[in-house]
Amino acid sequence: MADLLNVKNLYVSVEDKEILHGINLTVNRGETHVLMGPNGAGKSTLGNALMGNPQYFVTKGQIFFDGKDITKEPTDVRANAGMFLSFQNPLEVPGITLGNFIRSALERKTGQHIRLWDFKKEMKGAMELLNMDPSYADRDLNVGFSGGEKKKAEILQLLMLKPSLAILDETDSGLDVDAVRTVSKGVEEYQKSKDGALIIITHSTRILESLKVDKTHVIVNGSMRAEGGAEMVDEINEKGFEEYLK
Amino acid sequence: MAKEKTEVKDIDRSMYDFRYEEKASDFYKIKEGLTPEIVEEISEKKGDPKWMHDFRLKSLEIYNKLDVPDWGPSIDGLDMNNIVTYVKPKTKMTADWDEVPKDIKETFDKLGIPQAERKSLAGVGAQYDSELVYHNLQKEVADQGVVYTDIESALHGPYADMIEQHFMHLVPPTDHKFAALHGAVWSGGSFVYVPKGVSVEIPLQSYFRLNAPGAGQFEHTLIIVDEGANLHFIEGCSAPKYNIANLHAGCVELFVGKNAKLRYSTIENWSKNMYNLNTKRAIVEEGGTMEWVSGSFGSHVSYLYPMTILNGRGAHSEFTGVTFAGKGQNLDTGAKMVHNAPDTTSYISTRSISKDGGISTYRSSVVINPKAKNSKSSVSCQSLMLDAKSRSDTIPAMDVRTQQADVGHEAKIGRISDDAVFYLMSRGVSEEDARAMIVSGFADNVSKALPLEYAVEMNNLIRLEMKGAIG
Repeated sequence: MADLLNVKNLYVSVEDKEILHGINLTVNRGETHVLMGPNGAGKSTLGNALMGNPQYFVTKGQIFFDGKDITKEPTDVRANAGMFLSFQNPLEVPGITLGNFIRSALERKTGQHIRLWDFKKEMKGAMELLNMDPSYADRDLNVGFSGGEKKKAEILQLLMLKPSLAILDETDSGLDVDAVRTVSKGVEEYQKSKDGALIIITHSTRILESLKVDKTHVIVNGSMRAEGGAEMVDEINEKGFEEYLK
Repeated sequence: MAKEKTEVKDIDRSMYDFRYEEKASDFYKIKEGLTPEIVEEISEKKGDPKWMHDFRLKSLEIYNKLDVPDWGPSIDGLDMNNIVTYVKPKTKMTADWDEVPKDIKETFDKLGIPQAERKSLAGVGAQYDSELVYHNLQKEVADQGVVYTDIESALHGPYADMIEQHFMHLVPPTDHKFAALHGAVWSGGSFVYVPKGVSVEIPLQSYFRLNAPGAGQFEHTLIIVDEGANLHFIEGCSAPKYNIANLHAGCVELFVGKNAKLRYSTIENWSKNMYNLNTKRAIVEEGGTMEWVSGSFGSHVSYLYPMTILNGRGAHSEFTGVTFAGKGQNLDTGAKMVHNAPDTTSYISTRSISKDGGISTYRSSVVINPKAKNSKSSVSCQSLMLDAKSRSDTIPAMDVRTQQADVGHEAKIGRISDDAVFYLMSRGVSEEDARAMIVSGFADNVSKALPLEYAVEMNNLIRLEMKGAIG
């Protein structure tokens, strides 16, 4: 079986400045990869490039998803193929409620009508898991949500849309201890019950405490500097990135 | 070759008018403009009472003295020398389904409007079952003592005096050239009277009555909501109304009594050749509330500034509007609030969207007279430009003549953020839909104030207007 995600020698520029210099990365179905590195190393750039943000130009290399070359595909095609990006700063979109937005995204993705009853039931369960007040489903997407609620709403979308690969971009940043635990619980649920693969971009390790991790990658100055297993997270936690900056 | 053919067809049409409408001698007069004879003819055909007959002729005199406005978008495309072609009701009735422009037919398709209704909306069909809906609605509210009818019938019924006492008292023919024209040649429209203390539960919708001959061109709407009464009136619909004559000069007069409340909602979508020169005005007595909800789509040029006169202590008015100017459109819209009494409050919230070279101008005026002590007014206008070639202007005027007033104004101009588009696309939404979603959300001040089915129609309309906005 082909790898789920295969990134080959990827070069990415933002506003004519090269940020990533030849990244290679392979993620298999159901695997959890952690992408760590100091600020400005290019972690978020990789996340954005994988999702096809038009402000990030792939100047060289290829991205394969589910065996298909998606390097040039627009973002919506990637999303409907099973990719998901949880945003560091989710945007506020007035005029559409969180619930309706998720439902229409699901219908678009599956091409099937989703029964309101079933949808509401599933959504209610997911919101409970995330300690979200059910009234948020009827509020406009992210409008007036606190930082924590926005992050939870991202994980709610993850649980409802059930992508085969989710990229979490600094989902734990700016959250208090309890909120990190809640979000982490949601991610764990995705790992377990949906057999979803993950790329977790983070520079702290709090969110990883209760999660199964398969591989850790350290990115420095736009290049992969080191690779290891779950134990690497603890090492970095103890010693920081110094070793990799040499 | 094709061009020649078109020219031949044009000549045919003028020959048709010549043969069937007028004697040869009249033909030359018509070319000179609107005459008392033509107005007489209209009045006679409609069976006007004497006062209305005289009113029309007086309006015509005023019309001939006034100049077209020179402060807004150009209306040079309007052939004022041949105004008769706009006025003659037959111009519209000769329309043929085959002559309805293709883009309008396609829009009907996309909006999912049934075939019979399409013809009707295009001004070429006969009445159909909407007649029935209208009558049922009429009956339902009649039980509460509410009068809902067309102005022509009302002129002869038990409410004839009421019409005479109110008709064009709020918008006198001297107001501007097109108000005078309206006074001379008006035809069709609605009359609503809600008696004291009556609260009408269902919104009255004039949607069902757009098909009457001559409607949607010089129609007159007169609504009187008596003391303590409550009404929501909805005019228009999202389907583009096609009219061979490309001038619309309607007039809306709304009287809101003491402690009464009126909400007046309109979604207008004129065909893109239309000059929409509409006048709407409301007067609100003590403790009364006037709420305007207005969506302006379509037309080539629009002048539209619904005005509220807050005439009694504590009267309140809100204007909530959205304007969408696409290719080849110049829409000049806004609102006017006049505070004439103490403790009055007004609030204006508008959103304008311009795309593909469209020009959208927000123009408003807030006047606070010396006796309007402790009045408050707040104005917020936001513009969204969808590309670099579109234009958006804001012209707010404030005339405050008392120290004891609280007046605020806020204006914002923006573009769709690339990040927001990327965010929506990352959930599987196409770029086009993402943009339409964002624009719909931008217009949610209006869609949230509309009944659900109208809000859905308006969002469909926005999506259609957004089509092809990319690239």
